[in-house]
Amino acid sequence: MNEAPQQMDVSLDVFEGPLDLLLHLIRKNDLQISDIPIAQITQEYLSYLDLMKDLNLEMAGEFLVMASTLMLIKAQMLLPTPDPTEEETGPDPRAELVNKLLEYQRFKEAAGVLSAYKDKAKDIYYRSLPPQFDHEDFTLRASVFDLLTAFKRVLDQAPREVGQIIREEITIEAKIREILDLLELKSSMAFEELFAGSHRRIDLIVTFLALLELIRMKQIVALQPDIFGAIRIYRADAAPESSFPAVAGGKPVDPRPEAAGDDGQTEAQS
Amino acid sequence: MELRDARNIMESLLFITEQPIPLKSFEDLFDKEFSQDDLLKMAEEIALDYQVRGSALELREIAGGWQFSSRSEFAPWIRKLFKDRLTYRLSNSAMETLSIIAYKQPITRSEIEEIRGVEVSAVLDTLVERRLVRIAGRRESVGRPLLYGTTPDFLRSFGLKRLEELPNIESLVPPSTPELQSELPLEPQASPVSEEPAEPPSEPKVESNS
Repeated sequence: MNEAPQQMDVSLDVFEGPLDLLLHLIRKNDLQISDIPIAQITQEYLSYLDLMKDLNLEMAGEFLVMASTLMLIKAQMLLPTPDPTEEETGPDPRAELVNKLLEYQRFKEAAGVLSAYKDKAKDIYYRSLPPQFDHEDFTLRASVFDLLTAFKRVLDQAPREVGQIIREEITIEAKIREILDLLELKSSMAFEELFAGSHRRIDLIVTFLALLELIRMKQIVALQPDIFGAIRIYRADAAPESSFPAVAGGKPVDPRPEAAGDDGQTEAQS
Repeated sequence: MELRDARNIMESLLFITEQPIPLKSFEDLFDKEFSQDDLLKMAEEIALDYQVRGSALELREIAGGWQFSSRSEFAPWIRKLFKDRLTYRLSNSAMETLSIIAYKQPITRSEIEEIRGVEVSAVLDTLVERRLVRIAGRRESVGRPLLYGTTPDFLRSFGLKRLEELPNIESLVPPSTPELQSELPLEPQASPVSEEPAEPPSEPKVESNS
C-alpha cells in the first residue's frame, strides 16, 4: 500500500476487480447473489465506474468488460420469452455471472481463512539454513551403485507426474553444459541439488545421464564421506586432493578410464 | 538397532535440518528396519519429551514432515534478534490468487484469471519469487500453458501439515446466504496448528528477566 502511488494500483487496492466490486454492491444492498436485481446492480456498478473516473483512478479494462456483460444480461432479461409457460424453466441469463460470483466469493473467503492461518503460523520459527559440511569429509569416490541408489531416492521423492504427457526435448548435451555451468560457480554441490531445478521425471533422468557422462569424461567427480554417505559432485580440478589421484598432480590427465573398478558401467574406450 | 538409538538418531537429524523431514525419509535412512508406524511413534515420543520438560523448542508435524521449531511465545525475541530481516505481508490480491492455486492446483494462469476476473501475472510472479508457488508442469493443450501449484514452503508458512488440511472450500460460504457473511470470518473452524499434541500440560510463563 505504501508503494509508489501508481494509478492502476490505487483502483486495484479499492476493489480487487470487477467481481469484487459486484460482491461489494450485493452485500451493501443486502441482496442474494442467486437472485440479483440486474437493473439495479448494473446502474450502481456504472455509477461506481463513473465515480472512479471522477476520482481520476485509472481502471483496469476488466471493469469495462464487466459493465458490458451486465448490460448484455439486462437486455436479455428484457427480451420476452416466446413461450410464456417456459418462462420459469428457461435458462437464466444471469446464471453464468451468478456462478462466477459464487466461486469468486468462495475463494475470497478462503483467502481470509488462509490469512488467519498464516497469522497463526507466523510466530513459529524454523531453522532456515542447511547445515554446512567440510569438504575434507568427502574423500571417497562414489560408485555407480551409490549414484544409482541416490538417484533412485531423488526419483522416489519426485512428485507424481501431473497427469499429462509432456514432450519437450532436453538433450544430454544441454544438461552437461548446465551442470558444468553450475560447477563453474560453486566448484561443488550436493547430489540432490543437481536435481532441485527439475520436477519432471524425464528431466531428472536426463540430468542423471548427463552426470554419468561427465564422470566418464573425468570432468567431474562424485565423492562421499563414507560408504552409503551423502554424495557430493565436484569439478574435477576442484576436488579434494587425496580423493582423486588422476588429478592430484594438478592438471587433469587424459580421459582414459581408470581401473578403479567402481565405474563398471561406463565402457572402456582407448 | 535399538529403538532408543534410532530415536536419538532421529532427534539429532530433526535438530539439524532446515526442512521438514518426512517419515518416509527416516524409513529409507534406517533401511526399512522400522515401519512408518514405529517412526511416527518415535517422532511423537520426541515431541512429547520436549513438551513435558517445558522446552522452548517443539517438534511439530508440518508440511509433510517433522521439524523442530521455537515456540510461538518466543517470536518477539526472535524478531528482535533478526530485526533487519523484514517479513512482508501478502496483498489481498496475492492471497486470493494463492488460495485459488491452493485449492485448484495444478492450474494455469488463465484459469486463475477466469476466477478472479482480473489479470494476475504480476501477482503470480511475486508468489513464485517468494517460493509459495511453483511451476508444476505444462498443460497439454493449445499453447501448452504453464501449470502452477503450491510448495512445501506454502504449507509451512500457513501452518499446514498437508494440503488435505485446507478447510473444505464448499463449507466456507453458505451459497444462498451471503449476507450472513458480510464480515470476513477470520477464525478458521479447525485450527490446524493447535490440534497437535503440543499443548503443554502446565503452561510455563515466559519471563523476560532483563
